[in-house]
Amino acid sequence: MTVYDVKRRAFGEDAWSFPADDEALPQGPAAITKARFLRDRETLLARNAPLGLVLVAGETFDGIENDLNRFDLIALKFLRYADGRPYSLARLARERHGFKGKLRAIGDVLRDQITLMLRAGFDALQPTHEGTIAALRDGKIVTVDHYFQPATREEREEGGYAWRRRPA
Amino acid sequence: MSKAAKPFRPVAITANDLRSGIVVFRTETGDWVKDATRAEIALDPAKAETLLAAAKLDHDRNIVVEPVAVAFDPESRLPVLLRERIRAQGPTVAIPGSV
Amino acid sequence: MYRYDEFDQSFVLERVAEFRDQVARRLSGELTEDQFKPLRLMNGVYLQLHAYMLRIAIPYGVLSSRQMRKLAHIAREYDKGYGHFTTRQNLQFNWVELARIPDLLAELAEVEMHALQTSGNCIRNVTADHFAGAAADEIVDPRPYAEILRQWSAIHPEFTYLPRKFKIAVTGAPHDRAAVQVHDIGLHAVRGPGGKTGFAVYVGGGQGRTPLIAHKVRDYLPEEDLLAYCEAILRVYNLEGRRDNKYKARIKILVHEKGKAEIAAAIEAEFAQLKGKTLNLPEADVQAISAYFAPPSLEQLAATSAALETAKAANKALERFVRHNVTAHRNAGYGVVTVSLKPIGEPPGDATAAQMEVVADVAERFSHSEIRVSHEQNLVLPHVKLDEIPALFAELAKHNLATPNAGLVTDIIACPGLDYCALANARSIPVAQRLSERFADIARQEEIGDLKIKISGCINACGHHHVGHIGLLGVDQKGKELYQITLGGSADEHTSIGEIIGPGFPTDKVVDAVEAVIDVYLGLRKGPEENFLDAYRRVGAEPFKAALYADA
Ligand code: SF4
Repeated sequence: MTVYDVKRRAFGEDAWSFPADDEALPQGPAAITKARFLRDRETLLARNAPLGLVLVAGETFDGIENDLNRFDLIALKFLRYADGRPYSLARLARERHGFKGKLRAIGDVLRDQITLMLRAGFDALQPTHEGTIAALRDGKIVTVDHYFQPATREEREEGGYAWRRRPA
Repeated sequence: MSKAAKPFRPVAITANDLRSGIVVFRTETGDWVKDATRAEIALDPAKAETLLAAAKLDHDRNIVVEPVAVAFDPESRLPVLLRERIRAQGPTVAIPGSV
Repeated sequence: MYRYDEFDQSFVLERVAEFRDQVARRLSGELTEDQFKPLRLMNGVYLQLHAYMLRIAIPYGVLSSRQMRKLAHIAREYDKGYGHFTTRQNLQFNWVELARIPDLLAELAEVEMHALQTSGNCIRNVTADHFAGAAADEIVDPRPYAEILRQWSAIHPEFTYLPRKFKIAVTGAPHDRAAVQVHDIGLHAVRGPGGKTGFAVYVGGGQGRTPLIAHKVRDYLPEEDLLAYCEAILRVYNLEGRRDNKYKARIKILVHEKGKAEIAAAIEAEFAQLKGKTLNLPEADVQAISAYFAPPSLEQLAATSAALETAKAANKALERFVRHNVTAHRNAGYGVVTVSLKPIGEPPGDATAAQMEVVADVAERFSHSEIRVSHEQNLVLPHVKLDEIPALFAELAKHNLATPNAGLVTDIIACPGLDYCALANARSIPVAQRLSERFADIARQEEIGDLKIKISGCINACGHHHVGHIGLLGVDQKGKELYQITLGGSADEHTSIGEIIGPGFPTDKVVDAVEAVIDVYLGLRKGPEENFLDAYRRVGAEPFKAALYADA
């Protein structure tokens, strides 16, 4: 029970494997690094199973923008929660490149950032912090639900958006 | 490059109380008090390490924050550096409105 | 001024509840100090030299009497009876208990205030011209835009974990009183084609360790693009700003290292994608917010007040006060009054609870309950009838709030320094106090004229020493306090960074050194009309160096 699905509001088993770059791909859904994707693009895309992409903070979509929708999963790694680059990447994936698959936040994800992550377009969380896992499981996240500015989540709401604040 | 061993200077352990934030010093009995002159002073490096290790336990037990060893003058029973004396004794300027 | 509605209220209350939960988790031990620290910083809570310090946001420096009374109450109930107004138009309390901060914040929320984004690596409290909406030279009132930016940046989902803090300032008069060119983004509102409002946009200014003047990236940005453009700047910064070294993490370093042209191109490319979409700022929205900032109903009055002129003739102190502390108002018969928080020999920017209450009262009586906090650490009453200035002056004088020194040599900016600040190298306040006492004689101050002395206790430059006409920077030299002097800085529309004049001075020599600098100036100026900065720009550093280091 390691991955929290935002829509279902529940943890579930992880269907994805994350093989190292020099490991052969297993059967079933597999998520790979950007380097591996660039190296073996044709073979990977020809493969008959869901493909995922893992980016660590500092990597960008440069050079693979047009391939993003070939992935069923994009996992963005938070090495330190204070490194906020994945928020921008998440919004770019959703808003600019129209990514429709699962967007997962992995790593140093604390409950205090979860609302921000959801608003930036993440819809799956894989935290390592025990307290956060427990709080998610027990539905005990205390957070600010009102917001002023549009982000990914709001942009997809019905009826478009003006920049003005909305109640939760 | 060989480092010349610095001569040891006596130290005491100070921190901030987690709840209130006020500056506190660690006494011989392991209590944390506001009064710097009641601080236990370590006169050798081994003792200094023991005291700091004990203080770090109190940090981990969420009693105090950021414990450090500061150079202490055994005569005056006050810290040596200006910064630490100000921490121990309060601002050098009058508190506005106080008479 | 801006009034919170139900939405803002819920937002702030949710934030209080969130922080209460975070504090509880810290006190129970669920959160370690390392995990808690960034969270408390997002709420303006620092652990300072003596205790926790809480920095309260005063958006663009605007306060009501009601809010000021609440601040006085908090000073008494939660602190030692005073607060410190900062160079970022905020208020700091120095002695608050962590366990009580959630209650304190709940009290603040009652008057629509909070401590959000007053620290941490996020978009900080937006600052603006403290004479906004009142000054005679104003072209565009910056407050509605500052408020819109405040809303846009409040807990921004993308920009809350930036490489470093991010400061935005807005001004709307040709004379820049908001120091926009030393901010991460500086916005100088102008009227463009067809009288439409837009902004000259500056990026990458800042003080601190590496003082840099901002680059102008747009001469005219149409109002409707304001948010999209800011979002573009922030996105480029969030993705590309350095995260490997906190001293090189501000956007000014990014601009400096990559080059102005490249960063401007990256911003424009991102902006091209965002323009005209969800962040478009329709005129109707601007008008809706501007309505909150409609001027109070002021009377039609004669340009001069006979009552004031008569009172001035009879009272030299009042005459001085008016000359130095009253600025032209855009409405005839009114003045903008500076309430000096720099009484001779007192810590700059500090106000006691009693003084806060007095200011709240006089603002209610004389200034439509409006108060401003200036980045020069004074308070401002923006709309005072000239007729009523004598009564106001008498009231302020009773409480040591009528020092007639706005803009003069004793109107010193000083950060808290080593008396309060955990990062300090040297004390700032005692130096400010001694300088203030040295130049206490008002006639001498008037002879010296416009002069800005600014003091920082360390290179973080909270005392803005880089842009002081005379700047003092405290450094630590083997446990001794030393003060480095810079000359020729300025933070207005002709921004310049002061030059270091030579080796620093120990604490017992620094006041003499500043006096020597001023004496050199008095000796070489063309006349009283040539102020210190102009004279310095004309003659350069040499004459000052010669006087200061004659024996060297
Ligand atoms: S300039 Fe330095 S000493 Fe002064 S308040 Fe800022 S951090 Fe503290």
